Formats: sequence, C-alpha cells, structure tokens
Amino acid sequence: MRQIETDIAVIGAGPAGLSAAYQAAAAGAKVTLIDENKRPGGQLFKQIHKFFGSREHHAGVRGYLIGEELLTQVKESGADVMLDSLVYGLLPDKSVGVIHEGLNYSVKAKKIIIASGAKENYMAFPGSTLPGVMGAGAAQTMINVNRVLPGKRILMVGSGNVGLIVSYQLMQAGAEVVALVEGAPKIGGYGVHAGKLRRAGVPIYVSHTIKQVYGKEEVEGVQIAALDEHWNMIEGTEQDFDVDTVCLAVGLNPMTELAWMVGCKFDYIPAFGGHVPLHDRNMETTVKGVYVAGDITGVEEASSAMEEGNMAGVAAAESLGYLSHEEAAVKKEQIQNRLNVLRSGVFGERRKSSKEKQLADMESYQKGEMTR
Amino acid sequence: MRVEKHPILGDLPQQKKVTLYYNGRPLEAYEGEPVAAALMNAGIRVFRTTAKRKEPRGIFCAIGRCTDCMMIVDGVPNTRTCVTYVKDGMRVEKQEGLVALKHTGKEAEK
Repeated sequence: MRQIETDIAVIGAGPAGLSAAYQAAAAGAKVTLIDENKRPGGQLFKQIHKFFGSREHHAGVRGYLIGEELLTQVKESGADVMLDSLVYGLLPDKSVGVIHEGLNYSVKAKKIIIASGAKENYMAFPGSTLPGVMGAGAAQTMINVNRVLPGKRILMVGSGNVGLIVSYQLMQAGAEVVALVEGAPKIGGYGVHAGKLRRAGVPIYVSHTIKQVYGKEEVEGVQIAALDEHWNMIEGTEQDFDVDTVCLAVGLNPMTELAWMVGCKFDYIPAFGGHVPLHDRNMETTVKGVYVAGDITGVEEASSAMEEGNMAGVAAAESLGYLSHEEAAVKKEQIQNRLNVLRSGVFGERRKSSKEKQLADMESYQKGEMTR
Repeated sequence: MRVEKHPILGDLPQQKKVTLYYNGRPLEAYEGEPVAAALMNAGIRVFRTTAKRKEPRGIFCAIGRCTDCMMIVDGVPNTRTCVTYVKDGMRVEKQEGLVALKHTGKEAEK
C-alpha cells in the first residue's frame, strides 16, 4: 500500500469539492483532491444553461464555463488533483482508501472534506428496467459531454428544473421531445424554463404518470394515464406515445456512504433527498475534522454546492491555522450571505427551512440532547 | 448518433478515432470517451442481462453508480462501461448474468 500525507483531503471534484480545494489551497494548506472520474468538474460540465442568482453567483454564465473557471483557480492554487482514483473507504483515523489504476493508496489527512454529490432517483413502473429508460442527468451527460444522442423520440417524466432544462437541451441536441409528464397538478420548476418548452411546442401533461413502457429488448413505446387527486390512475385516460427513450427526472438523493462509514450522525430531510449528515455552520460533521459540502449535505444546486465548498475549505484551513480567525470570519460571513441569497424566494424557502432544521439538529446533538 | 452541430457548444470537436470491438465486431469510437457512449452512438442499447431473470439492461445513470451498464471489457467482467474509457483495440462483450472475476495478477500487491 502506498502512503500519501496531506493536510486536507477533498473527496469529489465537482463544484463543491473544487471550491473547497481552491479555498484551502489558496490559504496555504496542502490539499489533495480525489475524484473517480478522468476529468474533474463532476456534473458541472454537462450544465450548458445559464445560471441564476446574482453576479456573485455567476448569473447568466453557462455552467460549463463556470467549471472551466473553477478548474483554472484550482490549478493555480497548487492543490494536488488525483483523478481516475476511486475512494472506497474512510477510516476513523482519517485515512482515505483509494484505488488508482488497480493499486491501493492510503491518503492520510488531518482534515477531510466529503463532497461526493448525489445520484438520480429511480421510478418503478412496468417496463422501467428496459434499456432506453434512463435518468435525465444520464441523457444530459450523453448529449452535452459525450455528444451522443440517447434517442430520437423522447418522453420526459418530471417537471422540476432538471426535467425542464434537460428536455430543452435534448431538443438543442437534435432529439424530439414528444411530451413531458408530471404527477403533481402543477409544474415544479421555474416558469422561464417551462415557457421555453411550451413555446417549442412540447405538451406538458400535469397530473399524469407513466402506466407502462413496452418493448421486447428495449423501449418501443410508452403509455401514460391521468391521475386523480389521490394520485390514482384514472381508467380510460390512457394515451400512447411512439418513443424510443424515456427519461426520468424524479429527483436525486445524496451519496452518503462515506459519511455513514466514518460514523457521522444523520438527519432525515425529504426536501433534501433523504438522509443527510448533520453539520454545523462550518460544514463540520459530528465527526471532528470531517467536513461535508454540496449535494451530500442535501440536494440543492451547483451554486449552493460551490458556496458550501468555499465554506468547508475556509473552515478547514482555519482549523489548521492557515487562516487567522479574523481572516476566516470575514470570508465566512461573505459566503454565508451568498448562501442566504441562494436560499431565498419562493423556490428557496423550503431549502432554507430544511437547512435551518439540519443546523438546529446539529446544535441539539452537540448539546447532547439528541438521543439516537 | 453523434451530436454534430450544437447551438451552444458548436461543432463536434475533432478527436482521435480508434477501433473498439463489440462482441468481435469493429466499431468506430473516440479515444478516451466512455465505452457506454461509443456503444450508444453505434445504436447498441442492451449491455447485459440479469442473472436470475435474464432481463436486458442498458445505460441508466451514466455516472458509475447504478451498475446497469456492466460488461466484459478486455476480459474483465462486471466493468462499469460508463466510467471506463475507450482505448484503441479494446474488446467489449455483452455480459450474460454475473461472471466470476479472473485473477489479473495485480491483487497480489498490498
């Protein structure tokens, strides 16, 4: 086994991990950023739409361009980047088990930042396992990163921002989106994204779901049906669509395995995608020296992931003495203000209250009031 | 099918073309792209069958999590093709059920 010693190990080189690595390395810490993929960026490089928020949140800039900017910053900060390196375990002594090209490495770090992200939810219906049924994010990776069309005629399930944006991007890539189906009685995502789809002539069926997908070896068609107010299918409302691909945009869930393994305490917050590790305002978990950032702390979006990464990077560097408490306090206040803006408004309110609950539960835990 | 032209990303960049073998059949692929993307481009969607019910599976998550896209790559079974990258002459086979791992010699190293 090969040993690598570092100040701060950052697991995951997506928006959160890149931001954390940049902040910590720029402060002078020795940082090792580890990612399973050959290219850094996580899911940022498949996001070709313009981001929302204010200027500090890169509003109006397309996701992949923000990714390139972040990569340059990380490169200049002097952080070591280990790519094609799978983290398979995290031990209580803060050593990180890594496989790289079939060889075993142990990265021994003083602090660890887990920024492992999230994965797409699955949805079960007859035919849901047929090749041609895939995550909307998977389709987005195929068209925008690999430049391959997953199908010619596509039906999308889910009208959150992922479903709306990926539908539009599938059309930009040359596919036909025959319909978008949403179980709830109203569209979930931003009106601006839904409007683009409607203007392009894509019908959006609210209060509808998939009854079945049919096909022998792969998807050959799909049948949808209307839902009543109790979410039961209404007989006689079935409609068939001739499609070769069905995309599911039905949410994401945090990838928390490493946090469980190292012994972090958890909350269950449905709005964040399920179980999420407790953390304080510095992003430190119940295991001292282990921080979290990005979708693992609760599924939000790339902008908040970057800010949480900034926060974790600053806090970890501060705890090792690379930033004075005064310097760190200024930075953390700015980051917190930007996070508060991202968690405001009609769409941010639920995420704001969820994050407050998570922070409050952390406080109770620290006071020894949490019993589990 | 390749996305040749794109209103945001522009024309498909020039990349090195290599040969990938699917069940012995040569396919054109780009060096360094995920094996799953090269197969999808060639219209291949069934990557494996399940062990018990022999049901077909293909790409689901495309980020290395779901393991639906496992195939035998250069003799190594249960390989996630969405996070395995094309090299010239690589041999990919459809996987039927689960296949036992063969020793590669590397696991002797601790």
